[in-house]
Amino acid sequence: MNSALPPPGDIESGPDAGTFRLTGAWTTAHLERLRLRLERSPWPAAGAVRLQAGALEALDTGGAWLLQGLLGELRGRGLQPRLDGLRGEFTALLELVRERLGESVPAAPPPREGTLAWLGREAWRRAEEGLALLAFFGETVVALGRNLLHPGRIRRHALLESLQSAGVNALPILALLSFLIGVVIAYQGGVQLKTYGANIFIVELVTITMLRELAPLMAAIIVAGRTGSAFTAQIGTMQVTEEIDALRTIGIAPMDLLVLPKLFGLVLALPLLTVFADAFGVLGGMTMATLMLDVSFGDFLDRVPQAVSATSFLIGVGKAPVFAAIIALVGCYQGFRVSGGADSVGRQTTKSVVQSIFLVIIADAVFSILYSWLGI
Amino acid sequence: METLLEIEELACGYGAEPVVDGLNLHLHEGGIGCLLGPSGCGKTTVLRAIAGLEPLRGGRIALEGRTLASAADGLPPDRRRVGLVFQDYALFPHLTAAENVAFGLKGLPRRARRDNAAGLLDLVGLAGLGERYPHELSGGQQQRVAVARALAPAPRLLLLDEPFSNLDVELRERLGQDIRTALKSRGIAALFVTHDQQEAFLLGERVGVMHRGRLLQWDTPYQLYHEPADRFVADFIGEGRFLAGRLRAPDVVETELGAIRGNVAYAWPRGARVELLLRPDDLVPDPESPVRGMVTARAFRGAETLYSLRLPSGTELLMLAPSRQDFAVGATVGLRAVVDHFIAFRDAG
Repeated sequence: MNSALPPPGDIESGPDAGTFRLTGAWTTAHLERLRLRLERSPWPAAGAVRLQAGALEALDTGGAWLLQGLLGELRGRGLQPRLDGLRGEFTALLELVRERLGESVPAAPPPREGTLAWLGREAWRRAEEGLALLAFFGETVVALGRNLLHPGRIRRHALLESLQSAGVNALPILALLSFLIGVVIAYQGGVQLKTYGANIFIVELVTITMLRELAPLMAAIIVAGRTGSAFTAQIGTMQVTEEIDALRTIGIAPMDLLVLPKLFGLVLALPLLTVFADAFGVLGGMTMATLMLDVSFGDFLDRVPQAVSATSFLIGVGKAPVFAAIIALVGCYQGFRVSGGADSVGRQTTKSVVQSIFLVIIADAVFSILYSWLGI
Repeated sequence: METLLEIEELACGYGAEPVVDGLNLHLHEGGIGCLLGPSGCGKTTVLRAIAGLEPLRGGRIALEGRTLASAADGLPPDRRRVGLVFQDYALFPHLTAAENVAFGLKGLPRRARRDNAAGLLDLVGLAGLGERYPHELSGGQQQRVAVARALAPAPRLLLLDEPFSNLDVELRERLGQDIRTALKSRGIAALFVTHDQQEAFLLGERVGVMHRGRLLQWDTPYQLYHEPADRFVADFIGEGRFLAGRLRAPDVVETELGAIRGNVAYAWPRGARVELLLRPDDLVPDPESPVRGMVTARAFRGAETLYSLRLPSGTELLMLAPSRQDFAVGATVGLRAVVDHFIAFRDAG
């Protein structure tokens, strides 16, 4: 077996005028060198050119392309090139390259992405988003610290405005929905209780579920839908109209003006809304108890102190500030994520609502685990 | 005059994409500069980088010798003494014009803020309109409020992003003059960006042409028009077409229109293939001339008419001719080149 590699390709001007010898390997690895050699070869000004390829030891597509180009170039200069002594298989390759020379190969479509790659990218994107939210949370805490050190810097007007829009304006819808939830619980539970004649236990059912779980959750969900989305839309629109950048250039920190008053406002408003929801939820349950279970308002209210402890009430109200912080932060964060045009505002608003409700429910679950662990 | 703004080797980008690369620029105190380029060339990014709204990938920005930003860090936007006027004004819609202006005046007693805001509104020609809300003002008036607001914190440099793009032509010129007067009276330098060369020449004392994130030439409008340093600049500024030819002597180009002699000598080898820039006023109709072109389109401009001509080789040229001599579309016209400013670029091909 002859393992020696052929020498790099070359061209030498032959013994006679207009005769050239092609030697060695005309392969892609030597293309650049060959191109230079061809440029510097003493091509005659006119007449026939004989290219003797008997000593050509290797030829690949690159070499064939160069050789084909050389023949074309020489013809273009009005010379008559002739290629002699080329081996059979090389001639076939040269022919193939000549045929395909003008063809352009369409770029192969990018390979379809596998499920694993998609999963990885999505996971990475989520992780990045989570990190960015955490970074925003950190920035807010820093701004919060700054503001608490200088309480004069807190924007009172903006704070009152967010209390009004997030708190007061939400009262009617929250009252109605809490009342209906109270009615539904009392009705569904009452049917079961009636079977056993345990009608009076409707008080425990309604008050504990409302005070501990449903009132804070209802209030949080309504506030996320009403106010969290409004935060995103407001900040997002200001982002689109470059008002945020304008604030920065005139030296007003968007955090101080836009985020902190909203955060303070919501943290104050949501516990109050929760108490309000407690009252209307219990009222709904009471109404149903009177109509269906013959438990009068008086009997119901008498039993409440025995049925439910102050701890349950405080647990429910105590969750509200945490929910409020989640909603305000997610709402503002998604607003700052708006980039480009108005359609982005809509997209981020949807994201803001979904994400804040999701995180509120996660937080609620964490609270449940925490409370059962603490035994309260 | 003292140099105010210095930008050295500025580089910015989004993701893997470089938006601005290797940009150098100097602006002297009280000067008005302009960055001109097609949309997407990176000019707004330069402004945002100077204002501190865009991080730098490389290079340095300095104002009055004080470094504002480098790749490592930067001053916060409000400590740069740079004002920015946004393309869509970005006024605060729930504040009146005077409140918008006063928003940028911090640490002053209420009274001083009000007087100061009124003074600034007066400066931009809006005296007495301070109580109006932005939606009660016209586009031009909103733009004036935006300028007054940017001037409120007493910046050394005012940046304007496409300041006239939303205004009609007449308003544009008046507003341009008013802004120039306001800037000059306070000794504030300005840098603005636009894609419209009329605007650039209206206000800019120095104009830079940007293309694909690079500053190709930073020069006076006259120099840009008559001595462009780059083929893109020559093509982008003013009207004109390129005519292929070969260099016969350092100052003579042999073209389809015959040998054209110019006022500049080029050091390229003889016989080099060049492209010669022909402005519409470099061509005159000449019935005697052996070279003829066919009129393919015409645009009446009052005293003059701009003709598009096709030479026998297929090359398109523009010719500005007095409208008294009227040529119809499809007519053939004898042509002669009278080139005052000789601008040739070596053909890459």
